[in-house]
Amino acid sequence: MATPPVMETRPGVVGVFATLDGALLALRELKAKGYDNLTVYSPVPNHELEDVLGHGTSPVRLFTLIGGLTGCFLGFLYAIWTSLDWELIVGGKPIVSLPPYVVIGFECTILIGALSTVAGMFLNARLPKLRRSLGYDPRFSNDKIGIVAMGGPAQVTAAEQIMRAAGAEEVRSV
Amino acid sequence: MATMAHPAPAPARVPQPTYAEVNRDIIKTLDPPGRGWFLGMAIILSGLAFGGYCWGRQLKYGLGVTGYTPPIFWGTYITTFVFWVGIAHSGTLISAILYLFRSSWRAAVYRTAEAMTVFAVMTAGLFPVLHLGRAWFAYWVAPYPNIRGLWSNFRSPLVWDIFAISTYFTVSATFLLMGLIPDVATLRDHATGWRKRVYALVSFGWRGSNNEWRHFMRMYLFLAALSTPLVLSVHSVVSWDFAMGIVPGWHATIFAPYFVAGAIFSGCGMVITILVPLRKAFHLERYLEIRHYENLAKLCLLTSSIVGYAYFTEYFIAWYSGNAFERASFYNRVFGQYWWATWTMITCNVFIPLVLWVKKVRTNLTALFIISIFINIGMWFERFVIIVTSLSHEFEPWQWAYYRPNWTELGILSGSFCWFSMWFMLFIKFFPSMAIAEIKEALPPPGRTSAGGHH
Repeated sequence: MATPPVMETRPGVVGVFATLDGALLALRELKAKGYDNLTVYSPVPNHELEDVLGHGTSPVRLFTLIGGLTGCFLGFLYAIWTSLDWELIVGGKPIVSLPPYVVIGFECTILIGALSTVAGMFLNARLPKLRRSLGYDPRFSNDKIGIVAMGGPAQVTAAEQIMRAAGAEEVRSV
Repeated sequence: MATMAHPAPAPARVPQPTYAEVNRDIIKTLDPPGRGWFLGMAIILSGLAFGGYCWGRQLKYGLGVTGYTPPIFWGTYITTFVFWVGIAHSGTLISAILYLFRSSWRAAVYRTAEAMTVFAVMTAGLFPVLHLGRAWFAYWVAPYPNIRGLWSNFRSPLVWDIFAISTYFTVSATFLLMGLIPDVATLRDHATGWRKRVYALVSFGWRGSNNEWRHFMRMYLFLAALSTPLVLSVHSVVSWDFAMGIVPGWHATIFAPYFVAGAIFSGCGMVITILVPLRKAFHLERYLEIRHYENLAKLCLLTSSIVGYAYFTEYFIAWYSGNAFERASFYNRVFGQYWWATWTMITCNVFIPLVLWVKKVRTNLTALFIISIFINIGMWFERFVIIVTSLSHEFEPWQWAYYRPNWTELGILSGSFCWFSMWFMLFIKFFPSMAIAEIKEALPPPGRTSAGGHH
């Protein structure tokens, strides 16, 4: 079977940028033209790139909050339940003595809070990634910034032009 | 420190590395090890084997092979346990607290400090078990409802300690592994063969996409925010192992802050002890600048003065309280049979660090290395002094005794250093001991000349 023309089938295009300013320029242009399906790969997190993309605050913080509260509750519950399981009065102190249980509650707050924060990151960032990511290039973990724009054939061609105009080192379809 | 205004950049500084150079230089540290590494590892493993032999002998013949002298049953093992927990602390201070304070100098040193934390807790965790007469019943200490007739006492600081230490280990190991993800992805992109497969697994398929970074940075911030109260709580809880007891010399409210300051002091000392040879071995002069060491030295100086102040307060309160037992215990500490331990502690922890007031000393790596060794020795002795001298001089004169560790305990003590070093030596050859992504973050982004603001 003959290979159909590349322009017809390719779902997207990746631009490799050697400078942050080039990537920012391309990204602003693409955003202005209404591209939504954009992925930016960068070796380090960058606030300027993030500002252009304009995503809100990550929901990971909710995981922290809920995990921490759950941990606090479970910590107290565990200490109380274990104490009640075998009631042994020592030194005339109540079986359930809450002040020392604060330590247990606190440590469990941190433990479950931290673990659920990590779980929140994994869920939201969709890790672990088992398959290849379209357009990823090992250079993006070194010193290059990559922009992947997906869309219809016309959009992709326009995106390619924008990236070249912004000074992309290399533009190829993915 | 990092927030201070620097009107002009230091003149004679080496040009800043580029992103690609950071990759190249740090990945180079993972090159196959040379003869020095194998020689070091051989020494470490033989020390570890001797420690293992001592422990085996103790398991076979019982705790009688140690130097325990009734009523002193908390000796070298508990001393060394507290020592290693303390060492762990500065790692979290540097990685979490300085992160929250946005101290950019931490980027160069935090990975080493964090790895040190995890390995130090792994070392500390051995000692409660080593200290048991019947180590095979170690699981009896886990506080859960059981049918063995064991009372899980949540009012005991020893039970708090189980929660504190295991939480600390889990969270600091998680923090280390999460921070490694982007760097391991970088390694994956450079490696070939089996290493590539392992790194691909450990990096969880990290790509550095905007979505990943967005959630990652939030996670990192919150882990730092959770680790900060954790690190302060852990050594407080360890200090309560003593302070909750009524033994003169232990029963003091100052113990929590005093222990936390001491822990950070000893940890910063250990970071210097590790980073000076690391810089030389890996030729990391461009990344580990003198200012990094100077900042660590300043932290040592600060915490040393807090520790010195705490010593002074302890003695003052012992006198001021008018309590005969407290007075006797502290008098005995300084002028009694353990005077040598106490004066070693005070000399190493209070007097020797005073030379760090001199900038010339703070910026001289050889001097810093030597001072950091003294700090390590002094902080081990601090725990020895607190634990052993207090137990040796309790309320009743017929209970007074003199404990000295014998070769079994010293063998296990040196074995613990070997255990710690073994993990560290393996770590520096399999993972980047410098944080690649964060070092890049502190540099100008590609195509620019200044790093821009840290938000």
